[in-house]
Amino acid sequence: MGRTISEKILSAHAGVPMKAGEFAVVDVDLAYVQDGTGPLACRQFKAMGFKAAHKPEKKILFVDHASPSPRRELSNDHKFLREFARETGVQFSEIGRGISHSIVFEKYVNPGDVVVAADSHTCTGGALCTFATGMGSTDIAVAFGLGKTWLRCPETVKIRVEGPFPKGVYSKDLMLHIIGKIGADGANYEALELGGGTIRALPMHARITLSNMAVECGAKVGLIEPDEITHAWLREHGRDHKFPDLTPDKDAVYERVIEIDAAKLKPTIACPHFVDNTKTIDEAERVHVDQVFIGTCTNGRIEDLRIAAAILKGKSIKPGTRLIVTPSTVEVYRQAAEENLLQVFVVAGGLVTAPGCGACVGVHEGILGDDEVCVTTQNRNFCGRMGNPKGLIYLASPALAAATAIEGRIADPRQYV
Amino acid sequence: MKLNGKAWKFGDGISTDHIAPGRLFHLRSNLPELAKHVMEDARPEFAAAVQPGDFIVGGRNFGQGSSREHAPTIIKLAGVSAVLAKSIARIFFRNAINVGLPVIIMDTDTIAEGDKLEVDLAEGVVKNLTQGTSCRIPPLPPVMRKILADGGMVEHIKKHGGKLDLE
Ligand code: SF4
Repeated sequence: MGRTISEKILSAHAGVPMKAGEFAVVDVDLAYVQDGTGPLACRQFKAMGFKAAHKPEKKILFVDHASPSPRRELSNDHKFLREFARETGVQFSEIGRGISHSIVFEKYVNPGDVVVAADSHTCTGGALCTFATGMGSTDIAVAFGLGKTWLRCPETVKIRVEGPFPKGVYSKDLMLHIIGKIGADGANYEALELGGGTIRALPMHARITLSNMAVECGAKVGLIEPDEITHAWLREHGRDHKFPDLTPDKDAVYERVIEIDAAKLKPTIACPHFVDNTKTIDEAERVHVDQVFIGTCTNGRIEDLRIAAAILKGKSIKPGTRLIVTPSTVEVYRQAAEENLLQVFVVAGGLVTAPGCGACVGVHEGILGDDEVCVTTQNRNFCGRMGNPKGLIYLASPALAAATAIEGRIADPRQYV
Repeated sequence: MKLNGKAWKFGDGISTDHIAPGRLFHLRSNLPELAKHVMEDARPEFAAAVQPGDFIVGGRNFGQGSSREHAPTIIKLAGVSAVLAKSIARIFFRNAINVGLPVIIMDTDTIAEGDKLEVDLAEGVVKNLTQGTSCRIPPLPPVMRKILADGGMVEHIKKHGGKLDLE
């Protein structure tokens, strides 16, 4: 019987053939944590009695959630992480270098790898066909010590997308549409395989947005079959682009197949307080917006900033609305500076922060006031997410976010592109 | 072992931001302090009023969102004996097992706020003592049963000579 991408990757890492529903201990190629989950992982590592990390060059501690630290408790967490890295030889990524998932995407993950990390958006790696999934601190402490983890081989939901995107529609709109359609638990414990002509035509940054949000419908991974665009990305980022055949077999068994006609999509937003509470821009109430945030592991790549800057160039942000832009990595930051994009944001009246998670997780750099409304390019809008349970968060594409900054209310990006 | 306590009802989609809010990020290395705020953004009065042994009873997709293991950890630290929900988000499920917090998937519509419950994990039975009903719960997968029986993942690794022993 044929195999899905997940079954192929996990079989190779378990050393035995695996079918959906089976459990096995598998080899882990890369494991990482961030500053919110890392200190606990390091403490658990010690509590389990591990003295040395397994392949420390493939274990990374990132500081991205509170970067730079806004409080002494967090400064002490960072200090503890740096000491742990010195003791064990694992890699350490300093403040200002960027978001974990975005950096591993630039530098580490490969098609066919198994990657686990203590952050739910680890599934970003799926855009390079990496079986990359989020876990908690203790699981990653085990992976740090042993280079192994246990996994249940997931059933797969195949999502086939055909047709061109209409003007003003991006992969963010597609993913919000998918999550709205199947629900926040629509693929719980399962894998997504995203394919079809539309996906094959998407550049890598747009694929990243899709895989990144797989967890928002409960999925373990959001895998995209490798193709020429995958090879080109690996070559451009100085990585070996030879990897095993990861094409899903023709007779692979899927839990279900969802067909989507991209030509019918519209700019889409997720309304408070759930990611699956989606509306098209035509249905959305055009409410006043206090803060617009562009960045994160979902939409903080250079191409995302280019889309936003093209809309904002020569325009001003509406008084009464503020704009925060946070490049996802230092590489993106450097490139955006070179292309004068940072200049465009600042001249329009916005603010650019150092690379990292920034306002996304409610630690610093953009916490909402009571009853304030934010349109953001991030991946989740749960109650309290941006640091205040009385804040109201709408999720959108960089284009919709930029248009919103200009109008000061939820805006239709189609008239700006 | 039987678990006894009363039910605290929550709705669908309780996220890790409800359980362990991001605005308290700086308390993550101080779990007893963070536990004083458990479930704060869903029910502010919960942390102060919950009694040892009580149950959290959720709806669909309990624990969705971030990978923060601090969420099930502080639920356990607050004295909650188990989480019952219609469905449980994947990472929260794994984390709960690792920290030794029992999670039960069942139809929770039959349970009302304040109902007295008795849960027998070995027998796989949830009794609602207030309503005089009982229901059977499906066993966890063997891998998870083993980790839970060892007292969580840290104890599992220590007990098995620094290895995963789940085959
Ligand atoms: S940018 Fe937001 S979603 Fe992404 S890793 Fe950082 S906090 Fe998490």
